[in-house]
Amino acid sequence: MSLDAASIKATENAAIAKPTGHVKRSRLASFGLHGALTVASLIAVFPVFWVFITSLKPDAKAAETTPTLFNESSFDNYANVLAGEKGAFLSWFANSAVIAILTTVISVFLSATAAYAVSRFRFPGYRGMMLSFLLIQMFPFAVLIVPLYNILLMLGLQGTSFGLVLVYCTTAVPFCAYMLKGYFDTIPRDIDEAGRIDGLSPFSVFWRLVLPLSKPGVAVTAFYAFLTAWGEVAFASAFLSASDESKTLAVGLQVFVQQNRTEWGHLAAASILVAIPAVIVFYLVQKFLVAGLASGAVKG
Amino acid sequence: MRGFFSRHWYAYAMVLPAVIVTGVLVVLPLLQGAYYSFTNINESNIANPVLDRPASYEFTGLDNYANVLSGDASYGSFWDILLRTLIWTFACVGLHFVIGLALALLLNRPMRGRGVYRVLLILPWAVPAFISAFAWKYMFNAQYGIINQVLRALGLPDPVWLGQSDLALIAVILVNVWLGVPFMMMTLLGGLQSISGSLYEAAEIDGATPWQKFRNVTMPGLRSVSSTVILLGTIWTFNMFAVVYLITGINPNTRLLITYAFERFFNGASRDYAIASTYGVLILSVLLVFASVYRRALRRQGEVW
Repeated sequence: MSLDAASIKATENAAIAKPTGHVKRSRLASFGLHGALTVASLIAVFPVFWVFITSLKPDAKAAETTPTLFNESSFDNYANVLAGEKGAFLSWFANSAVIAILTTVISVFLSATAAYAVSRFRFPGYRGMMLSFLLIQMFPFAVLIVPLYNILLMLGLQGTSFGLVLVYCTTAVPFCAYMLKGYFDTIPRDIDEAGRIDGLSPFSVFWRLVLPLSKPGVAVTAFYAFLTAWGEVAFASAFLSASDESKTLAVGLQVFVQQNRTEWGHLAAASILVAIPAVIVFYLVQKFLVAGLASGAVKG
Repeated sequence: MRGFFSRHWYAYAMVLPAVIVTGVLVVLPLLQGAYYSFTNINESNIANPVLDRPASYEFTGLDNYANVLSGDASYGSFWDILLRTLIWTFACVGLHFVIGLALALLLNRPMRGRGVYRVLLILPWAVPAFISAFAWKYMFNAQYGIINQVLRALGLPDPVWLGQSDLALIAVILVNVWLGVPFMMMTLLGGLQSISGSLYEAAEIDGATPWQKFRNVTMPGLRSVSSTVILLGTIWTFNMFAVVYLITGINPNTRLLITYAFERFFNGASRDYAIASTYGVLILSVLLVFASVYRRALRRQGEVW
């Protein structure tokens, strides 16, 4: 959170320094401005707030027709979920974490090298690479899902976590490469040239000079890959084996609200537990994420 | 030829791992998927090494495309779904952009509490989408959902939101708008902050009205950012699966191209891989056509992208 606070301060200062001509405004305009933003903020926050309120209620009370803030509220749902009474929550959590971490490591490694090459060298095929990074993001999983299923079946990886990691890399690598290329572009080429004059090979320049300087960019891409894998639904539903222990969170949580089970209180508690790490990570990196996205996207 | 390699081999060596992985896991499957769309492959005739069964599906030419494009209901009424997908995509992206831009313009003004508003407004982006989908499914519940509870309290009708009617489509559009606005807002805010203040000063000296400033300074300044986020947003929305699938499940009223392809792949005893692949190829074709038209339109306006 400290990172975020600092970044907000920075943008605030920049805005104050920049004369926009709207510093003095009438009472009415001020009221309208804050009113609109307050309403928008309430809409943005309410669903999350409501999940939290629901997570404290027993399942029966969560399905009552009159709304109440507190109704026999307690932290029992959290205890039940963590104790595994409603499905192997901790296994799902571990599966999701392992899959997301592996996806992150592999795709950051692959995309960083490729992005550096695209950022620094004008080699034949350069434009084709950049275009394919963009095009691959367009591929719907529907066209890939059958062949990937087939390939995983052939490799004996169908239903395993590692198979899913490979599949996630297909979506993560192009996007990460796109973002990192934008970030590498912001690092002056003088640094590369100085390194080369000092006798470093292009690989060492990348590994020992550019990569350490790109830590914020790499961090953002890494977290983005992590969050993508953490929240993916379609491939995980289709490719993981049906046994309860091998599910990821996105698949496992669906069982709370299937058919005749509507355990909203427990679902809400599990949701909060899943959302907390993601939200913390997100707020730490969002400032860089936006900047990286803008530079990668605009200067393409 | 030797000079060519000695000059570029570093670059190729660094690109190679990524090219191999995407080649094996994207390009190869893409070609294979395209091939499957010309066969009658399904769960009973796909090769299965676990059962030690060789593949026995057959090449059927353009049959799948003929069946799907005929719009026949047993092949998913393609044209109806396409229309619904287009409505879904343009409604979502249009609302994302308009609301995102409006909020970005408000947030771009110096005021008290700006940081707080910003942190609150991006919360929908921070929460994993599948969690938000569950939250909205709960809130849209006809009996005990908070939305209908409020409507009842106000004496308004309380419809069944997620049932077999077009209300379900409206509901998922609302949810997706809620989910996607923060991304647009933040990228457009970044774009707004990169517009030089001197342009506004010059416009003011020329006596421009606020609307003229918006039209002639703000919008051109946002052109490159907005063209990119609209393209990306359109692709993402067109292929958005999780929200629709988790909120309404299999519901003909919210059936999009992507969810129907998944339905064919995943549901039913026969698991019709051929039709799923055919839909996949058709989705990709629609997106490619859109991207090239869009790119040409930008080119004509002098934007190189």
